[in-house]
Amino acid sequence: MSLAIDVRGLRFRYGGGPWVLDIPELTLERGSRAFLFGPSGSGKTTLLGVLAGVLEATEGEVRVLGEDLAALSGARRDAFRAEHIGYVFQMFNLIPYLSVLDNIALPARMNAERRARLDGAGVKETAALLADHLHIGDLLKKPVTELSVGQQQRVAACRALIGAPELIVADEPTSSLDFDRRETFLELLFKECERAGSTLVFVSHDRTLEGMFSRNISLPDVNKAVL
Amino acid sequence: MLVLDLALKSLRNRAFSTSLTVGSIALSFALLIGVENVRVGMRQSFSNTISQTDLIVGTKGGTIQLLLYSVFGMGAPTENVSWEAYRQWAEHPAVEWTIPYSLGDSHRGFRVVGTNEDFYRHYRYRGGQEIALAEGRANTDLFDVTLGADVAAELNYAMGDEISVTHGLGEIGFVTHDHMPFTVVGILDKTFTPVDRAIYVTLEGMEAIHWEDGAPPASDDGHAHDEEAEAAHDEDDHAHDEEDEPAHDEDDHSHDEEDEPVHDEDDHAHDDEAEAAPADDGHAHAGDIAIEDVEVRQVTSFFVGTTDRRDVLQLQRDINDFEDEPMMAVLPGVALNEMWQGLGYAETGLRLVAIFVVLVGLLGMLVSLYTSLNERRREMAILRAVGAGPNRIVALLVLESVCLAAAGALAGLAVVYGLLAAGQSVVEAQVGLFIPIRPPGPIELLLLGAVVTAGFLMGFVPAFKAYRTALHDGLAVRV
Ligand SMILES: Nc1ncnc2c1ncn2[C@@H]1O[C@H](COP(=O)(O)OP(=O)(O)O)[C@@H](O)[C@H]1O
Ligand SMILES: [Mg+2]
Repeated sequence: MSLAIDVRGLRFRYGGGPWVLDIPELTLERGSRAFLFGPSGSGKTTLLGVLAGVLEATEGEVRVLGEDLAALSGARRDAFRAEHIGYVFQMFNLIPYLSVLDNIALPARMNAERRARLDGAGVKETAALLADHLHIGDLLKKPVTELSVGQQQRVAACRALIGAPELIVADEPTSSLDFDRRETFLELLFKECERAGSTLVFVSHDRTLEGMFSRNISLPDVNKAVL
Repeated sequence: MLVLDLALKSLRNRAFSTSLTVGSIALSFALLIGVENVRVGMRQSFSNTISQTDLIVGTKGGTIQLLLYSVFGMGAPTENVSWEAYRQWAEHPAVEWTIPYSLGDSHRGFRVVGTNEDFYRHYRYRGGQEIALAEGRANTDLFDVTLGADVAAELNYAMGDEISVTHGLGEIGFVTHDHMPFTVVGILDKTFTPVDRAIYVTLEGMEAIHWEDGAPPASDDGHAHDEEAEAAHDEDDHAHDEEDEPAHDEDDHSHDEEDEPVHDEDDHAHDDEAEAAPADDGHAHAGDIAIEDVEVRQVTSFFVGTTDRRDVLQLQRDINDFEDEPMMAVLPGVALNEMWQGLGYAETGLRLVAIFVVLVGLLGMLVSLYTSLNERRREMAILRAVGAGPNRIVALLVLESVCLAAAGALAGLAVVYGLLAAGQSVVEAQVGLFIPIRPPGPIELLLLGAVVTAGFLMGFVPAFKAYRTALHDGLAVRV
């Protein structure tokens, strides 16, 4: 039960297309900071989709935080994701018609479990606090379209972190940042994951950040579908 | 509530396409409601063509036919009602007033209507408005005519003009009575009813039009003409008495005369006849004949107003059961209603067109929502990633569609009320159509509900597509 991720015999393909994922085994301890790397097209995003329960494994068993995703109904999987997983994309993370504050608050408003984990603080207060921690406290009222890419990624991180989900999944969130900013961003993200006790899976095709993580996973090594 | 909030903010974010969509739905819905309002106005003005008349009486035949020829000036009856029968019912204790009509002639395509002063006294339209004269005076003399407003305007007639009247209904009558000139003595105010399209003469004048040679027939001819009248009289002496006793105004004379050539027992009026009976050669000229000399033998139909409205149905029954002559009385409200129902297909057609226009407006909305989905794939992926299930994605798009439809419909209502407030009096003055401004009634609410429901159902089309794409895209939308 101490595994955050436990994948066995996972195979996945889109519709009737070629196999994108073929992973005999992949496990990840709770509380770890994992770095998942691989070249573009190696199936990183697809794997995250499966782990987040957005895509259904074609074959095999996927346990996330002890929960067998295949055993959950569609609606339950959506609820599970909302309750337990925070997600950050590479870019264009934000809903353009919501303010910074509303973007951050979205998962908490979407899910009662995440709201419950705010420890009595209001959604707005928590969102503002997280924004402060990631040094974007002064941007709360701004339309997201006026933010720089670095600022947008911090907003996305705040959104993933609100309500302290057990698993934070970040899909190449730093690819469009320069090196210094990548490091600062990661440090802030680590700090918040630690504070929330969240497991972090960080995806990138760029291995320069490798050294900052407790576990490095090369997707081409575990995914037999990549030739 | 979260989804509604998202839907509204998303729509606001796409303000331009949103306002275009709302605008097109608003206009189409305004058309639908506008048609509905015009329909109500038309119906009201239709059933207000005459008002305060309790019964319309004519010879037996079709209800609508009676209504058509006596109110709308269309078609003609096959039979007339004898003067005796008319007077008998006019004297009935339940009857307060009558307006007699003698129809069947035309002048350059307009109806010539023979009636008397009761027309000016008792005719009411549109909830109690009276016939009023724009110019001149009411026609009272044998060769006086008063013109309906449209007649004067379309034929360019003015006061003092002399006109001739043809026998029969055609544009060019079969005998043109050029030697029987009628003079325009009055022009009526516009009523926006069939009254405007008729030419009014006295009942006696109408009789005169029918004279073969422009002169009253010799008394011998009277027999042929008056068979009905005679029959009525023989059986119905008491009616006859009633008829002569009360002091009649102008009717009295003509009435007496009518009886005289036929019934010798009618002594008291003989003086008149002796003086005024046209020469036997039948070649009197228009100018020589006084109105008192003309006998009115029949009317085509008459309107009845009762003293007490509770008597109307009984009176109607009595008239329908009248044994002396085949007569029929109809309730104008009922008959008008029946007739309007007969015109229902026109309404339905109008409504159908409006409904199609609204459907087109809604289809425009569907297209705009559907095409926006491609740009919104990212948004859907983000929503899925933060925990929105497919249900919420569907709900979001359906709600957007419902909001657009509802906003469009409400804006459409506003447009209609705005236009009504601005244009009501203009429309009334121009076409005589009074469109009442009333709070949205059950029909408006029903249509509003229908449009919102249609928006709801149509919303499922883009919603279903978004649902499919979101599932297929997963989180891997190319950036
Ligand atoms: N929605 C999709 N439908 C079909 N094929 C897809 C879809 N998304 C990704 N793929 C394919 O799956 C493979 C893995 O893609 P992806 O997981 O995005 O890789 P990465 O994130 O490592 O770049 C690629 O070959 C890609 O073309
Ligand atoms: Mg990717």
